Amino acid sequence: MASTTPVFDALRSALDDARPVAFATVIEGPHTGAKLLVEPDREPLGSLGDPDLDRVVARDALGELESGLTTTRHYGEHGEARERTVGVFVESFAPPPRMVIFGAVDFTAALATAGKLLGYHVTVCDARGVFATPLRFPMADLVVNEWPDRHLAEIGHRLGGRDAVCVLTHDHKFDVPAIVAALATDVGYLGAMGSRRTHAARVWRLREAGVGDTGLARVMAPIGLDIGSRTPEEAAISVCAEIIALRTGRTAVPSLRDGTGPIHQ
Amino acid sequence: MKEILAEVDRWRAAGHRIAIARVVAVEGSGPRDPGATMAVNDAGEVAGSVSGGCVEGAVVEEALAVLRGEHPRAVVTFGYSDDEAFAVGLTCGGTVHLFVEPLDW
Repeated sequence: MASTTPVFDALRSALDDARPVAFATVIEGPHTGAKLLVEPDREPLGSLGDPDLDRVVARDALGELESGLTTTRHYGEHGEARERTVGVFVESFAPPPRMVIFGAVDFTAALATAGKLLGYHVTVCDARGVFATPLRFPMADLVVNEWPDRHLAEIGHRLGGRDAVCVLTHDHKFDVPAIVAALATDVGYLGAMGSRRTHAARVWRLREAGVGDTGLARVMAPIGLDIGSRTPEEAAISVCAEIIALRTGRTAVPSLRDGTGPIHQ
Repeated sequence: MKEILAEVDRWRAAGHRIAIARVVAVEGSGPRDPGATMAVNDAGEVAGSVSGGCVEGAVVEEALAVLRGEHPRAVVTFGYSDDEAFAVGLTCGGTVHLFVEPLDW
């Protein structure tokens, strides 16, 4: 027998599997109560009563889902913008994006705190157990004592466009394998700390390790936007702003990577 | 939504009819954000919450009225925005809009 609640069942299966899903309900206008369930890379389930409205809402809902927003949007009966006949409540069920920080350095706590502020699930990973302790990083969701590449081998398949990897290790021994392993994932943001000179040396080592131009182009290094940050907290904001800008495709302020001047003036 | 699923399963297995109330908008200060969900079964049992306890009683009444077919599925509003129309207020002074509907989708 067919389910009497197909939309609810599909929603619950997505929630059970922790798959990102947007759930749209008409809460005012014709077809009040109609539903559309939208998942990335799947055909939407249900209908809001008009194919054009379905198409527009599915598009908007995916955008809301990407930002993890839950809001009411208004449309015309056929999905027209700037009309208010139909109110659609779009609920986003998105697992929090992940921020994986390699290197338990001075700057790590500030970046982990800023990451939490933005709603990230934050992992601090450092092979040196003395430095990476939950006591030093109480704001992190997870503190892992492991080599970066080994940790990425474990979790890398779960990283996607909304996630970020920040390599702060400052040590070729750790950061080259970390970057190489991160490049093998679909992570949306990959930043690496260090001066321009450090990074030039690192690029040479990355090439030695087989990383090509496409891979190198994914690496945001020196890390962060050129906003003149000085303290660890300010630098954390500059990194987070760069992560947001990269995700949204904006370039509000030049990234340090794209300049040649000194990082600190 | 997640916190009501287990209870909803039990109720459905027991043959209950269920209404779902979701916060769709909050004006001013409100204890729960849009998306907060409460489920009510036809025996008046409740899972989840939509406020700090200020409007839950009224939401149960509304949910039962929707299940009995006396009220349409619709947005209902509780708060201080209209003292005449709404007897139930939020202690925080905010206004909360809820969409209440039977679980038939």
